[in-house]
Amino acid sequence: MNHQLTISHQEHKDTEKTLFGFWVYIMTDCVLFASLFATYAVLHTSTFGGPSGKELFNLPSVLIETLLLLTSSYSVGLALLAARRHDRDVTIIWLMVTALLGAAFLFIEVSEFQHLAAAGNSWRRSGFLSAFFTLVATHGLHITSGLLWLAVITPKVYKQGLTALSLKRLELFSIFWHFLDIIWIFIFTLVYLMGGLA
Amino acid sequence: MSQPHVTRPARELDGTFETYTYGFVYSIMLTLTAYLIVTHHLFNNTLAMLLIAGLAFCQLIVQLLLFLHLGREAKPRWKLAVFVFMVVIVLILVGGSLWIMKHLTHYNHLAKPGENSQQFIIRDEGIKH
Repeated sequence: MNHQLTISHQEHKDTEKTLFGFWVYIMTDCVLFASLFATYAVLHTSTFGGPSGKELFNLPSVLIETLLLLTSSYSVGLALLAARRHDRDVTIIWLMVTALLGAAFLFIEVSEFQHLAAAGNSWRRSGFLSAFFTLVATHGLHITSGLLWLAVITPKVYKQGLTALSLKRLELFSIFWHFLDIIWIFIFTLVYLMGGLA
Repeated sequence: MSQPHVTRPARELDGTFETYTYGFVYSIMLTLTAYLIVTHHLFNNTLAMLLIAGLAFCQLIVQLLLFLHLGREAKPRWKLAVFVFMVVIVLILVGGSLWIMKHLTHYNHLAKPGENSQQFIIRDEGIKH
């Protein structure tokens, strides 16, 4: 019993260290996004005679994207709570809900990109569109890697159950997913809503 | 005999169903408010920009506290320290870029009066579009 408790305490300290290391990575990723936001802020008026954001952005579909991502941020929180209660089946359900919402978000985003490119407004059109595609697609790539990560950990939770290791994986994933939602709030506000105003 | 992982000490940053639900509801309300301000043209552009920027900032705080549980860890608060350092870097990076680029346009004395730097470059380089 005592031996087990010592291991548990050690595991707990290791988890804390891993979570802190991952948090430091998330903070550096924030700096990456900040540089892309700065680039966009500088270039957003440089439309080179092409269309501006006001003419291109479809705000209702962006609102749907925002609500999908926000709900997936909530569902990953619920998955983590279920995992801490050691309720495997509920954890799996919330993880699958998160994956579906994330995939729906990505589908709408890729359709929007295709729609823009098909109308001749790809990243090659103007400085504004280069900055727009770089910023939004970098976020989209993060979402894609999050979905791949989810596709790896969900079957592991199902097979191995909620071990200390799979709980740690879920904690890391939830930090990543909440962080992507926060970045999206700024893309939604600074790129889409402010673009709709200007 | 309990399993080892069940005896794990309660962490101070653990969220509850309440914190996640409040975070979700507040975020939805802030998002919809910002969206309605823009789509219904409720205010003039300058005021609307300030308001939606303020709403985004509120949502940042809500999600940092209720989803990521920032500042709820035990001392020493290393997570918070790294976060504050990141904020400083981001402010210098974004603020500095905008400041430099604004002055670049401002001091572009080769440009004709009333011509912005983009129009100047297009004329200067003889680009047709």
